[in-house]
Amino acid sequence: MKVKALNKNTKNNLITYGMVILAYVVMEILMKAGMVSSLLQGLLVPLCTYVILAVSLNLVVGISGELSLGHAGFMCVGAFASAFFSNYTKEALTVSGLRFFLAILIGAAAAALFGFLIGIPVLRLRGDYLAIVTLAFGEIIKNVINVIFLGHDSKGFHISFKDAFSMNMEPDGEVLINGPQGITGTPHDSSFLIGIILILITLFIVINMVNSRTGRAIMAIRDNRIAAESVGIHITKYKLLAFTVSASLAGVAGVLYAHNLSTLAAQPKNFGYNMSIMILVFVVLGGIGNIRGSIIAAVVLTLLPELLRGLNDYRMLMYAIVLIATMIFTSSPGGQAFRERYSLKALLGQKKQKKEAE
Amino acid sequence: MALLEVKELGISFGGLRAVDDFHMTIEPGELYGLIGPNGAGKTTVFNLLTGVYKPTDGYILLDGENITGKRTIEINQHGIARTFQNIRLFSELSVLDNVKAGLHNHYTYSTLTGILRLPKYYKVEKEMNERAMELLKVFDLEEEASYKASNLPYGKQRKLEIARALATNPKLLLLDEPAAGMNPNETQELMNTIRFVRDEFHMTILLIEHDMRLVSGICERLTVLNFGQILTEGETSEVLNDPKVITAYLGE
Repeated sequence: MKVKALNKNTKNNLITYGMVILAYVVMEILMKAGMVSSLLQGLLVPLCTYVILAVSLNLVVGISGELSLGHAGFMCVGAFASAFFSNYTKEALTVSGLRFFLAILIGAAAAALFGFLIGIPVLRLRGDYLAIVTLAFGEIIKNVINVIFLGHDSKGFHISFKDAFSMNMEPDGEVLINGPQGITGTPHDSSFLIGIILILITLFIVINMVNSRTGRAIMAIRDNRIAAESVGIHITKYKLLAFTVSASLAGVAGVLYAHNLSTLAAQPKNFGYNMSIMILVFVVLGGIGNIRGSIIAAVVLTLLPELLRGLNDYRMLMYAIVLIATMIFTSSPGGQAFRERYSLKALLGQKKQKKEAE
Repeated sequence: MALLEVKELGISFGGLRAVDDFHMTIEPGELYGLIGPNGAGKTTVFNLLTGVYKPTDGYILLDGENITGKRTIEINQHGIARTFQNIRLFSELSVLDNVKAGLHNHYTYSTLTGILRLPKYYKVEKEMNERAMELLKVFDLEEEASYKASNLPYGKQRKLEIARALATNPKLLLLDEPAAGMNPNETQELMNTIRFVRDEFHMTILLIEHDMRLVSGICERLTVLNFGQILTEGETSEVLNDPKVITAYLGE
């Protein structure tokens, strides 16, 4: 019985990995066959970004059970740290693969550092309070990045929080981060393949962490804090760990995002709370704590507005209807009963029973 | 030497003196009962012993070591494990994982080992599974190992909580109303289990209970608490026949 349970878990995870790889293969074939519009092709890398974000947020919301609304902030940190790095080293490091690899590490580390530092005070709060504070931190990160001017000349780095002229650079200086205009000229290192690889790495980290001693401790704290403490589990340590890992993966998503654009600027649209809430919608619709669900929800909800483009003005109306229908289907008692009755497993089980009866 | 020695223990919540001048000595291998009417402060004593509350006065010695005012997880590592009056399981985790969470500090590997699935991960997880299944077998729960904890029937949830507490390898086990909400048959079974745990694991057990059949059936010594103070203490049969105790429970 025990062995069976373990196998089921492993099988489940393999299906998740397989699904991602299959999606990649299908997409590549379709692209080779020229059946994918350029609009959709342009969506592929952002899609990978969203999937990584959704999976990483699920680690905080689903596994650790804390509501965080500042995920876009960590993505922003990862994006800017890595774009800055790539921009600064694009002449020195001409091998784009190596440069991008380092950029990913730097983005992940920077976001992890922010996650750690913000997590220390913030994780003392719970529930709605935590949501409010993380929302604020996300906005603070975005707004701070908007006023940073950073340049480099023969004398070294210059920084200002006022404007580009206040940096007093030599004439040969180059503005690397230009306040609200952000970073321009980031090398275009992201690709669909790299996005898929990063998704797989994210899944590997999250799934293996959840199914280990660490994940067990994190989920024990989620289920019952007092009991977890009474069996000797260090609450702060594991909460902070989940939050930091999640932030760092969001940073990786930011790296992917930044290297897909020629101009990176921190705007409400890409790094604001709208983004954080959108990621949360992916997680909630996919099922809180359900990693495969997060992936599917992220893909469907990103593609849906494009697929509904034909409906013109009714597009967002349909989008809302689909959201509501999904929620009813996944979460209402009636919807759950329906799913149980008509699930694949139940249908197969009936067949089996019939066979046995025969 | 006594396993647990508590002296002059007290705590005030603002102006309320919840527990006052509490003392208790438990010898290794003893089955000790803490009883008293509702609101007498029994669970507060448990919370003081396990570090949920910091005592205002007094001290607690476990195996000669001073554990007064330490944090819950430190006290657990010193060897006190507990169950709760209102069951507190890790409800979304499987029965097996509940016990494995109890083994957290005894079978360790780093987070990175877990993520990268290094050989140590497989080795330690295997040992953990074996140890957890052993414990589940003691409580007749091995059939339900893969169930979600919250899907267990009430009596089995109580047992699982005890199994999880034992997984932390304690010297002293605190049971807070283990028979609450159980029918007479389940209570009888629980009494056997508690006795079995004591004998099999050479465990020292301190329990809070209202069910007098259980108390008189298995406790060797009792302390009676009333309004935060000790009313009387001693051998079970003497204490239960003490007119003071009967008055405290039934009124004048």
